[in-house]
Amino acid sequence: MAARIQLPGEARRGEVIRVGILIQHPMETGYRLEVDGRKVPKNVIRSFACRYNGVEVFRAEMSPGIAANPFLQFHTVALDSGELEFSWVDDAGARGSAREAIKVG
Amino acid sequence: MRRRSFLIVLSGLAFGARADPLLDPITQGAPVKQGRVKLEMPLLADNGNSVSMRVSVESPMSEADHVRAIHLISERNPEARMASFHLGPRAGAAEIASRVRLAGSQRVVALAEMSDGSFWMDSAKVVVTLSACVDELGS
Repeated sequence: MAARIQLPGEARRGEVIRVGILIQHPMETGYRLEVDGRKVPKNVIRSFACRYNGVEVFRAEMSPGIAANPFLQFHTVALDSGELEFSWVDDAGARGSAREAIKVG
Repeated sequence: MRRRSFLIVLSGLAFGARADPLLDPITQGAPVKQGRVKLEMPLLADNGNSVSMRVSVESPMSEADHVRAIHLISERNPEARMASFHLGPRAGAAEIASRVRLAGSQRVVALAEMSDGSFWMDSAKVVVTLSACVDELGS
């Protein structure tokens, strides 16, 4: 599961930064039908979390009510240089993760 | 006596304290106040499969006073609770954005849960020309 992250590479200490992530995932609702009439099983990213140097700063629980290729935008305070780690898991148990470095001056 | 009970019910309505089957699973019957929350969604969505939304909550986001969670609730989707976003003082700003699916024209509610246990909400009415999910089952 590929992801694209929007994060300022550098920030001032104490600055509130905007974090965006776009994850490639169909977010199957469970209502869509195959050509042969069978239902495509529901499979959405249930849970998503963002950790900043190991500390959780944002968490989301999602449902089929979130559009395919989920986009999430949230904020966090730039405290120290380091890394933001994003991780998620879907109904099928597939896990994905991504990380991005941040420099705080 | 009847007049008094009527007034109590009326004041309950004015403060949004009435039972709401959409919000009760989250609030456990706690009163929900209007204000502090701003839900931004388009008035008209051509396609319910991806509708942008942004929620911002007035809050200092300090250790003592912050937004604990923002819940997004749909009036008409098969699953009423679309998403729950958990924040904390580390967020700095109580503002989140995403894209949602809407199964038809409806009212969407953003419910903010504060660190003091109070609930605040805002809602937006969206007209959807082409619905997501449910229509696909019918076709």
